[in-house]
Amino acid sequence: MMPASAIFFYVIAAAILVTAILSVTTRRIFRAAIWLLFSLMGIAGIYFWLDMNFLAAVQIVVYVGGIVVLIIFSVFLTQGSGQSLPLPAKFRLFISAVAVSLGLAFTIWILHGYGFLATAPEVPAVEMREIGKTMLSVQSGGYALPFELVSILLLAAMVACIAIAMKIPADKKND
Amino acid sequence: MSHIPLQHVLIFSTALFFIGMFGMFTRRNLITLLMSVELMLNSVNINLAAFNKYLYPQQTGGLFLALFIIIIAAAEAAIAIAIIINLYRSHHSIDVDDATEMKY
Repeated sequence: MMPASAIFFYVIAAAILVTAILSVTTRRIFRAAIWLLFSLMGIAGIYFWLDMNFLAAVQIVVYVGGIVVLIIFSVFLTQGSGQSLPLPAKFRLFISAVAVSLGLAFTIWILHGYGFLATAPEVPAVEMREIGKTMLSVQSGGYALPFELVSILLLAAMVACIAIAMKIPADKKND
Repeated sequence: MSHIPLQHVLIFSTALFFIGMFGMFTRRNLITLLMSVELMLNSVNINLAAFNKYLYPQQTGGLFLALFIIIIAAAEAAIAIAIIINLYRSHHSIDVDDATEMKY
């Protein structure tokens, strides 16, 4: 008899894999976005199962609340929800499936034979206060420098998005 | 959590990664390609979180690496969608087979 948490993991993992497969194979692009949404929410569930509550919260806020909504907006701006995509060529589908299965089998074979360290005894989850202190710490083991780098990256990305997607009026195009 | 061996979590994330890769190989629409990339990034994040929790549960390295990957993925998605909208404006299509100006 498996304990409830083990059953929870297998159920969530199966749901994520099924929704991910549907997301990369469905021919309606809007449905693909919705399946991706379910898949990402399941991954947040995996983080909760791993007792990483902060990461799960970030996953829901950034991926489910941000990126998927952005993707759905761009679907509406460029495609419309009703159109279905053309089927990929049979030969390409076959070759991709073979390559992907071979890669998956090879990786599982390596994982199977690899001697991982013994699982460490479980400790209580890292507190939110501890995460915040580590993130802004300038001592050894702190993450203040990557934090600042990432904030500059986000600023650059924001400026770049505006510059790329800005519509130049027709009468100013030749200046 | 301790009832599941680490290998099972890793096999699950490997499967998710290769599903994303299948999408990369077969799709020809830029938005669906972006979705496949997101799936692959997420599978890597699960790996990092699992290693952190199973092998070094008193440290936070895996958590922070996963966190920074999520942030960079958000920036990448925003830039990709700006490029997609710009491409749609000039080509009226976001199919990668239609954008061939820089091919030769």
